[in-house]
Amino acid sequence: MLKVLYFASIREALGKDSEAVELPADPTVAGLIDALRARGGIYAEVLAANRRWRVAVNQDMVGLDGPLQDGNEVAIFPPVTGG
Amino acid sequence: MFDIRVQPADFDLSTETALIRSRHRDVGAIASFVGVVRDTNDGTGVSEMSLEHYPGMTEAALKKIVDQAAARWNVIDATVIHRVGTLMPTDQIVLVVVASRHRGHAFDACEFIMDYLKTDAPFWKKETTPEGSRWVDARTADHDAQQRWKQT
Repeated sequence: MLKVLYFASIREALGKDSEAVELPADPTVAGLIDALRARGGIYAEVLAANRRWRVAVNQDMVGLDGPLQDGNEVAIFPPVTGG
Repeated sequence: MFDIRVQPADFDLSTETALIRSRHRDVGAIASFVGVVRDTNDGTGVSEMSLEHYPGMTEAALKKIVDQAAARWNVIDATVIHRVGTLMPTDQIVLVVVASRHRGHAFDACEFIMDYLKTDAPFWKKETTPEGSRWVDARTADHDAQQRWKQT
Protein backbone atom coordinates (compact mmCIF):
# COMPACT_ATOMS: atom_id res chain seq x y z
CA MET A 1 0.00 0.00 0.00
CA LEU A 2 0.97 3.62 -0.53
CA LYS A 3 0.18 6.42 1.89
CA VAL A 4 -1.10 9.22 -0.34
CA LEU A 5 -1.30 12.76 1.06
CA TYR A 6 -3.13 15.73 -0.47
CA PHE A 7 -2.48 19.40 0.19
CA ALA A 8 -4.05 22.83 -0.33
CA SER A 9 -6.58 23.15 -3.19
CA ILE A 10 -6.28 19.43 -4.04
CA ARG A 11 -6.98 18.42 -0.42
CA GLU A 12 -10.04 20.70 -0.40
CA ALA A 13 -11.37 19.44 -3.76
CA LEU A 14 -11.05 15.78 -2.74
CA GLY A 15 -12.35 16.44 0.76
CA LYS A 16 -9.58 14.40 2.41
CA ASP A 17 -5.97 14.92 3.45
CA SER A 18 -4.77 11.32 3.06
CA GLU A 19 -5.74 7.80 2.07
CA ALA A 20 -4.18 4.37 1.58
CA VAL A 21 -3.90 3.38 -2.07
CA GLU A 22 -2.88 0.03 -3.55
CA LEU A 23 0.51 0.03 -5.33
CA PRO A 24 -0.48 0.33 -9.02
CA ALA A 25 0.44 -2.35 -11.59
CA ASP A 26 2.72 0.27 -13.17
CA PRO A 27 4.67 1.19 -10.00
CA THR A 28 5.51 4.77 -10.98
CA VAL A 29 4.06 8.20 -10.27
CA ALA A 30 2.41 8.12 -13.72
CA GLY A 31 0.86 4.74 -12.88
CA LEU A 32 -0.56 6.09 -9.62
CA ILE A 33 -1.97 9.22 -11.29
CA ASP A 34 -3.62 7.03 -13.97
CA ALA A 35 -5.13 4.75 -11.30
CA LEU A 36 -6.53 7.73 -9.37
CA ARG A 37 -7.90 9.35 -12.55
CA ALA A 38 -9.62 6.06 -13.44
CA ARG A 39 -11.82 6.56 -10.37
CA GLY A 40 -13.47 9.33 -12.40
CA GLY A 41 -15.43 12.22 -10.84
CA ILE A 42 -13.47 14.75 -8.84
CA TYR A 43 -10.25 12.67 -9.06
CA ALA A 44 -10.29 12.79 -12.88
CA GLU A 45 -11.04 16.51 -12.73
CA VAL A 46 -8.37 17.47 -10.17
CA LEU A 47 -5.64 15.33 -11.75
CA ALA A 48 -6.45 16.18 -15.39
CA ALA A 49 -3.37 16.56 -17.58
CA ASN A 50 -4.10 20.23 -18.19
CA ARG A 51 -4.26 21.01 -14.45
CA ARG A 52 -1.06 21.84 -12.61
CA TRP A 53 0.01 19.52 -9.80
CA ARG A 54 3.26 18.24 -8.35
CA VAL A 55 4.23 14.96 -6.70
CA ALA A 56 6.69 14.18 -3.92
CA VAL A 57 7.73 10.65 -2.98
CA ASN A 58 9.06 10.25 0.55
CA GLN A 59 9.18 14.06 0.78
CA ASP A 60 11.29 14.58 -2.34
CA MET A 61 9.78 16.14 -5.48
CA VAL A 62 9.85 13.73 -8.43
CA GLY A 63 8.64 13.56 -12.03
CA LEU A 64 6.07 11.24 -13.61
CA ASP A 65 8.71 8.54 -14.11
CA GLY A 66 9.51 8.43 -10.37
CA PRO A 67 9.39 4.81 -9.11
CA LEU A 68 7.07 3.73 -6.29
CA GLN A 69 7.41 0.98 -3.69
CA ASP A 70 5.06 -0.42 -1.09
CA GLY A 71 5.11 1.76 2.02
CA ASN A 72 6.10 4.98 0.19
CA GLU A 73 4.61 8.29 1.27
CA VAL A 74 3.33 10.02 -1.87
CA ALA A 75 2.12 13.63 -1.73
CA ILE A 76 0.09 15.29 -4.47
CA PHE A 77 -0.21 19.08 -4.37
CA PRO A 78 -0.55 22.22 -6.49
CA PRO A 79 2.54 24.30 -7.42
CA VAL A 80 3.93 25.87 -4.24
CA THR A 81 3.30 29.51 -3.31
CA GLY A 82 5.33 30.25 -0.17
CA GLY A 83 7.65 33.13 0.61
CA MET B 1 24.60 23.87 11.19
CA PHE B 2 22.12 26.19 9.59
CA ASP B 3 19.06 27.35 11.50
CA ILE B 4 15.76 26.44 9.80
CA ARG B 5 12.43 27.07 11.48
CA VAL B 6 8.80 26.72 10.39
CA GLN B 7 6.57 28.32 13.00
CA PRO B 8 3.35 30.30 13.59
CA ALA B 9 5.21 32.81 15.77
CA ASP B 10 6.67 36.11 14.57
CA PHE B 11 10.44 36.70 14.36
CA ASP B 12 12.85 39.57 14.95
CA LEU B 13 15.59 40.36 12.42
CA SER B 14 17.87 42.11 14.94
CA THR B 15 17.70 39.16 17.33
CA GLU B 16 18.59 36.72 14.55
CA THR B 17 21.53 38.76 13.20
CA ALA B 18 22.85 39.30 16.75
CA LEU B 19 22.69 35.54 17.29
CA ILE B 20 24.71 34.91 14.13
CA ARG B 21 27.29 37.60 15.06
CA SER B 22 27.70 36.06 18.50
CA ARG B 23 28.59 32.68 16.97
CA HIS B 24 31.34 33.77 14.53
CA ARG B 25 34.34 36.07 14.47
CA ASP B 26 35.08 35.67 10.74
CA VAL B 27 31.77 37.05 9.43
CA GLY B 28 32.20 40.29 7.48
CA ALA B 29 28.79 40.57 5.84
CA ILE B 30 25.22 39.68 6.76
CA ALA B 31 22.52 39.98 4.08
CA SER B 32 18.86 39.51 4.92
CA PHE B 33 15.44 39.40 3.31
CA VAL B 34 12.08 39.87 5.03
CA GLY B 35 8.87 38.98 3.16
CA VAL B 36 5.73 40.84 4.25
CA VAL B 37 2.00 40.16 3.69
CA ARG B 38 0.57 42.77 1.25
CA ASP B 39 -2.99 44.07 1.46
CA THR B 40 -3.57 43.57 -2.28
CA ASN B 41 -2.86 40.81 -4.81
CA ASP B 42 -3.83 40.68 -8.48
CA GLY B 43 -5.85 43.87 -8.07
CA THR B 44 -8.00 42.60 -5.19
CA GLY B 45 -7.89 43.58 -1.54
CA VAL B 46 -6.54 40.94 0.84
CA SER B 47 -7.73 41.05 4.46
CA GLU B 48 -6.13 37.82 5.69
CA MET B 49 -3.71 35.15 4.53
CA SER B 50 -3.40 31.57 5.71
CA LEU B 51 -0.39 29.37 5.06
CA GLU B 52 -0.48 25.60 4.79
CA HIS B 53 2.67 23.45 4.56
CA TYR B 54 3.84 19.85 4.41
CA PRO B 55 5.41 19.14 7.82
CA GLY B 56 8.65 17.22 7.47
CA MET B 57 9.14 17.87 3.78
CA THR B 58 9.12 21.64 4.34
CA GLU B 59 12.10 21.56 6.68
CA ALA B 60 13.94 19.06 4.46
CA ALA B 61 13.33 21.18 1.34
CA LEU B 62 14.58 24.35 3.07
CA LYS B 63 17.69 22.56 4.33
CA LYS B 64 18.42 21.28 0.83
CA ILE B 65 18.11 24.82 -0.60
CA VAL B 66 20.48 26.31 2.01
CA ASP B 67 22.95 23.45 1.47
CA GLN B 68 22.92 24.18 -2.29
CA ALA B 69 23.67 27.86 -1.59
CA ALA B 70 26.50 26.89 0.78
CA ALA B 71 28.01 24.64 -1.90
CA ARG B 72 28.10 27.59 -4.29
CA TRP B 73 29.03 30.58 -2.13
CA ASN B 74 30.88 31.23 1.11
CA VAL B 75 28.09 30.79 3.68
CA ILE B 76 29.41 30.84 7.23
CA ASP B 77 25.96 30.80 8.78
CA ALA B 78 22.33 31.06 7.66
CA THR B 79 18.91 31.34 9.23
CA VAL B 80 15.61 30.72 7.44
CA ILE B 81 12.32 31.26 9.28
CA HIS B 82 8.97 30.77 7.52
CA ARG B 83 5.71 31.41 9.31
CA VAL B 84 2.59 29.25 8.88
CA GLY B 85 -1.02 29.66 9.99
CA THR B 86 -3.07 32.85 9.78
CA LEU B 87 -1.35 36.15 8.96
CA MET B 88 -2.61 39.70 8.39
CA PRO B 89 -1.43 42.45 6.01
CA THR B 90 1.84 44.05 7.27
CA ASP B 91 2.77 40.82 9.12
CA GLN B 92 6.21 39.37 8.47
CA ILE B 93 6.02 36.03 6.67
CA VAL B 94 9.56 34.88 5.84
CA LEU B 95 13.11 35.69 6.93
CA VAL B 96 16.37 34.70 5.25
CA VAL B 97 19.67 35.75 6.84
CA VAL B 98 23.03 34.79 5.30
CA ALA B 99 26.44 35.50 6.81
CA SER B 100 29.63 35.41 4.74
CA ARG B 101 33.15 36.81 4.81
CA HIS B 102 32.27 39.38 2.11
CA ARG B 103 29.04 40.99 0.89
CA GLY B 104 28.92 39.57 -2.66
CA HIS B 105 28.51 36.02 -1.41
CA ALA B 106 25.98 37.05 1.24
CA PHE B 107 23.80 38.98 -1.26
CA ASP B 108 23.86 36.23 -3.89
CA ALA B 109 23.24 33.35 -1.48
CA CYS B 110 20.36 35.24 0.18
CA GLU B 111 18.63 35.89 -3.16
CA PHE B 112 19.27 32.32 -4.35
CA ILE B 113 17.68 30.90 -1.19
CA MET B 114 14.59 33.12 -1.59
CA ASP B 115 14.20 32.27 -5.30
CA TYR B 116 14.41 28.52 -4.63
CA LEU B 117 12.13 28.76 -1.59
CA LYS B 118 9.46 30.25 -3.89
CA THR B 119 9.52 27.25 -6.26
CA ASP B 120 10.70 24.26 -4.17
CA ALA B 121 9.46 24.60 -0.58
CA PRO B 122 5.98 23.10 0.02
CA PHE B 123 4.00 26.09 1.29
CA TRP B 124 0.60 27.19 -0.04
CA LYS B 125 -1.06 30.54 0.51
CA LYS B 126 -4.79 31.08 0.71
CA GLU B 127 -6.01 34.67 0.83
CA THR B 128 -9.26 36.16 2.03
CA THR B 129 -10.65 38.83 -0.31
CA PRO B 130 -14.01 40.70 -0.47
CA GLU B 131 -15.18 37.96 -2.90
CA GLY B 132 -14.28 35.14 -0.51
CA SER B 133 -11.15 33.06 -0.04
CA ARG B 134 -8.94 31.76 -2.85
CA TRP B 135 -5.75 29.77 -3.21
CA VAL B 136 -2.89 31.86 -4.61
CA ASP B 137 -1.67 30.78 -8.06
CA ALA B 138 2.01 30.04 -8.64
CA ARG B 139 3.68 32.77 -10.72
CA THR B 140 5.70 32.25 -13.88
CA ALA B 141 7.97 35.10 -12.73
CA ASP B 142 8.99 33.05 -9.67
CA HIS B 143 9.86 30.08 -11.87
CA ASP B 144 11.93 32.36 -14.13
CA ALA B 145 13.73 33.88 -11.13
CA GLN B 146 14.74 30.39 -9.96
CA GLN B 147 15.80 29.26 -13.45
CA ARG B 148 18.34 32.07 -13.87
CA TRP B 149 20.54 30.50 -11.16
CA LYS B 150 20.92 27.28 -13.15
CA GLN B 151 24.55 26.81 -14.07
CA THR B 152 25.33 26.13 -17.69
